[in-house]
Amino acid sequence: MTSTQPSSIETREVKKKEINERSFIRKLLKNRIAAFGLFVTIFMTIIAILAPLIATHSPNEMDITHSLLGAGVDGHLLGTDNYGRDLFSRIVYGARISLIVGVSAVVFGAVFGTFLGLIAGYFGGKLDSLIMRTMDGLFAFPFILLAITLMTVLGQGLVNVIIAIGVANIPGFARIVRGQVLSVKEEEFIEVTRSLGATHGRILFQHVLPNCLAPLIVYGTMSIAGAIISEAALSFLGLGVQPPTASWGSILKDGKDFLVLNPQMATFSGLAILITVLGINLFGDGLRDALDPKMKV
Amino acid sequence: MGKYILKRLVDLLPTIFVVAIIVFVITRLIPGDPAAVMLGPQASVEDIQELRDDLGLNEPLHTQFFQYIGDLVQGDFGVSLTYNQPVISLIMDRFPNTLILAISALVIALLIGIPAGIISASKQNSVMDYTVMVISLIGVSIPIFWLGVMLVLYFSVNLGWFPATGMGTMDEGFITYIKHLVLPSITLATIPMATFARITRSSMLEVISQDYIKTARAKGIKEFFVIGKHAFKNALTPILTVLGMQVSALLGGAVLTETIFSWPGMGRLIVDAIDKRDFVVVQGTVLFIAIIFVLVNLLIDVLYKIVNPRVNYSSGKGGTGK
Amino acid sequence: MSDEILKVENLDVHFRSSASIVKAVNGVNISLKKKETLGIVGESGSGKSVTATALMRLLPKGIGSIPNGKITFNGKDILSLSDKEMRDVRGNDIAMIFQDPMTSLNPVFTVGDQIEEAVRTHQQISKKEAKLKAIEMLKVVGIPEPEKRVKMYPHEFSGGMRQRVMIAIALSCNPKLLIADEPTTALDVTVQAQILELMKSLQEKNDTSIIMITHDLGVVWEMCDKVIVMYAGNTVESGKVKTIYDNPLHPYTWGLLESQITKNTLNGNKLPAIPGSPPDLRNPILGCNFADRCPYAKEICKTTKPEPIEVEEGHIVSCHFQTKSNRLERKELVYIE
Repeated sequence: MTSTQPSSIETREVKKKEINERSFIRKLLKNRIAAFGLFVTIFMTIIAILAPLIATHSPNEMDITHSLLGAGVDGHLLGTDNYGRDLFSRIVYGARISLIVGVSAVVFGAVFGTFLGLIAGYFGGKLDSLIMRTMDGLFAFPFILLAITLMTVLGQGLVNVIIAIGVANIPGFARIVRGQVLSVKEEEFIEVTRSLGATHGRILFQHVLPNCLAPLIVYGTMSIAGAIISEAALSFLGLGVQPPTASWGSILKDGKDFLVLNPQMATFSGLAILITVLGINLFGDGLRDALDPKMKV
Repeated sequence: MGKYILKRLVDLLPTIFVVAIIVFVITRLIPGDPAAVMLGPQASVEDIQELRDDLGLNEPLHTQFFQYIGDLVQGDFGVSLTYNQPVISLIMDRFPNTLILAISALVIALLIGIPAGIISASKQNSVMDYTVMVISLIGVSIPIFWLGVMLVLYFSVNLGWFPATGMGTMDEGFITYIKHLVLPSITLATIPMATFARITRSSMLEVISQDYIKTARAKGIKEFFVIGKHAFKNALTPILTVLGMQVSALLGGAVLTETIFSWPGMGRLIVDAIDKRDFVVVQGTVLFIAIIFVLVNLLIDVLYKIVNPRVNYSSGKGGTGK
Repeated sequence: MSDEILKVENLDVHFRSSASIVKAVNGVNISLKKKETLGIVGESGSGKSVTATALMRLLPKGIGSIPNGKITFNGKDILSLSDKEMRDVRGNDIAMIFQDPMTSLNPVFTVGDQIEEAVRTHQQISKKEAKLKAIEMLKVVGIPEPEKRVKMYPHEFSGGMRQRVMIAIALSCNPKLLIADEPTTALDVTVQAQILELMKSLQEKNDTSIIMITHDLGVVWEMCDKVIVMYAGNTVESGKVKTIYDNPLHPYTWGLLESQITKNTLNGNKLPAIPGSPPDLRNPILGCNFADRCPYAKEICKTTKPEPIEVEEGHIVSCHFQTKSNRLERKELVYIE
């Protein structure tokens, strides 16, 4: 950073962190597009949390006599679906599924992936090649196909969706963390800590892991967007959450069959996905520029 | 070069082996009985047991594994219960259709995405640049299954320009054939197109500030060639890396696209098989797609070599599409 | 006067950065004859490279501009040429080589391709002839086994060899003027001497004029007939090399000379440096640009800009205290801290 002589390793680390934090927040705020993305993300999160207050009807209340109503008819803001359920309310509740799956699946993938990446990168050798060979193998499957395969075995359901998308997320995290570990491992302060007799566990979690955080946060944010699309895709294929639970993907799946009679179903469920994912991606782009400008795409 | 390709092919064998193991593990070890899933919740215990016998699920795991690998080596992907046909012949019937769709999408994506990225980079911070950036950001965020449905809604249902579903045959005439191809290939092209535009832009921006671009300009070369020849060839490496990754996205996206447009390809085969709970077909097709992906990445590695003379032949670590 | 190949009058170069304008070059004058070599010296940021880039009209588009000045090359008004006409000048009449040969060659084309391209851009010749020309040029710049080397990529060459390739590219169209921007800075000392020697001999053979941009006065003594000393966008002193070597007048030139001497005599044990740093060119500067760092500065230096004065024939200095009638007493080695 600066040319001032660090009196000890600790002060140097503290200094580095302070500078990073300050410039990070400044950069992020300066980036209006990223701020807009964050706003959209927070907005969608609030909708998900306050769904019971925002929804005008119960999302699963059927009324066949009032099916496929147009927008605004009978107090149904966006009309009703083929079972007469209020479309607006279903989309509002759908935000819950999307965000729960998005966040949980990424946390699942991040926890396992980080762990595998840490030990592969830190210990190296045969363990490293075993883990990374497996990750390469997982990478050979298109993301959505891996999730589909897992879902066919696991069966429908919210938890299974999280597991399926979570597993598909593991190799990405493992690779990123391993790469970081390899570069951090050689740094001076790790050597010093080791020579002071620290255990592997302590070095890994207190020294190596914190240095992986920036790319992890960036990659994790972007992955949430991907996981939300994946959940919708699985539900669209009829492999997601169990009906009648409202999910944007399943609304879209039904909407596809009633395109002519009620185009709102397909249009607005998809728009909800697009806006959420776009918001997260905008925010993620800004995070990357602020935290880790070297990462790409 | 031939030696290099051969070496890389040999390198791929363990990866393909790992891929096969993963498919095996997913289908055998994860809680949940494939036979029970296949037959659905109404099936009796006896029926499930019978199917388990048929599938060899009652054998010890290692016996099952060696049987499975042995079959694979001979190109035997199993026999479909619902189609009563070898899985490999089901795949081979549909693979060309997926290939046509994927290649059209890839061509659209490359022909639009890369020039858009180049123009965007060479006119950084212009209105053009911002437009490309906004559209491509929407492009990478859009759920393609929704985009497909919307295209059908506007261009088939409302305007009637293109058929909503199915694949034309050459017998019906070239125009019909192309008309069927338009919407599905645009749908499938969207994400790769946007991704190419983004990576091309960032890669070009990095290259344009290099000294050798100044050298090229100082030679008196036309700006078009400075950008299109000197800069672009250097920017190609990251674009190739993304190309490798996008092949995976294309194969995955094909599953969704083919579902929307009832396109008779491998993706449709998988989704139908899931509906019919024909597990052998799902397993075989997924494995087949993974192997295709691994082979495509070999091709990308060879392209790296052609594009970038600094990549060492012997190391083989030019970076695959990962 | 008739063999004057390049005349630059009152050249200004501005850069637009976010919300401010950097006045990178102010009122530079150059006069260069056929076969002459001019050195432009100064530390980084002094505007010497910017001046060279402006001569080629290669300033970054939309950022760099030339609000004032006139560049006459070989009778042509460079600043009024169309883009196409300018391209015909670049590489053909005026060629340029850059500081870092490791990054100046395109890594994905063979050196042969890169020489051929330069030739074929300006001459209507076949690919085959261009290839022969490339081999010939490699031979001219002293690269062994040119037939084999021509098919190789830049990364297969050493730094010195790459700079030879750059010279081969630059001279492939027999330019009347060669601009060399720190051509030896990135090279080993022994290789530096070889490259300078090569440039000199090729200049003899082809009657090329050279502008040598450098921060190394040693290179200037070695190569140049005339020299311009630049500081913070301004010319502080200019004249014949011999004149300035014998009788340097500007305090900044003294500083440069002393840092050079100490580098050679003290073997780098002490840091030879002029204390302070150049002024921020975004802010308007009332007085002399060097006033803040000048040990001789008085009140007038901070308030009034010194005019360039021709103190003896061809020797121009911009300093309030160096005029025809008035001289500064030079202190010895004042700049060493």
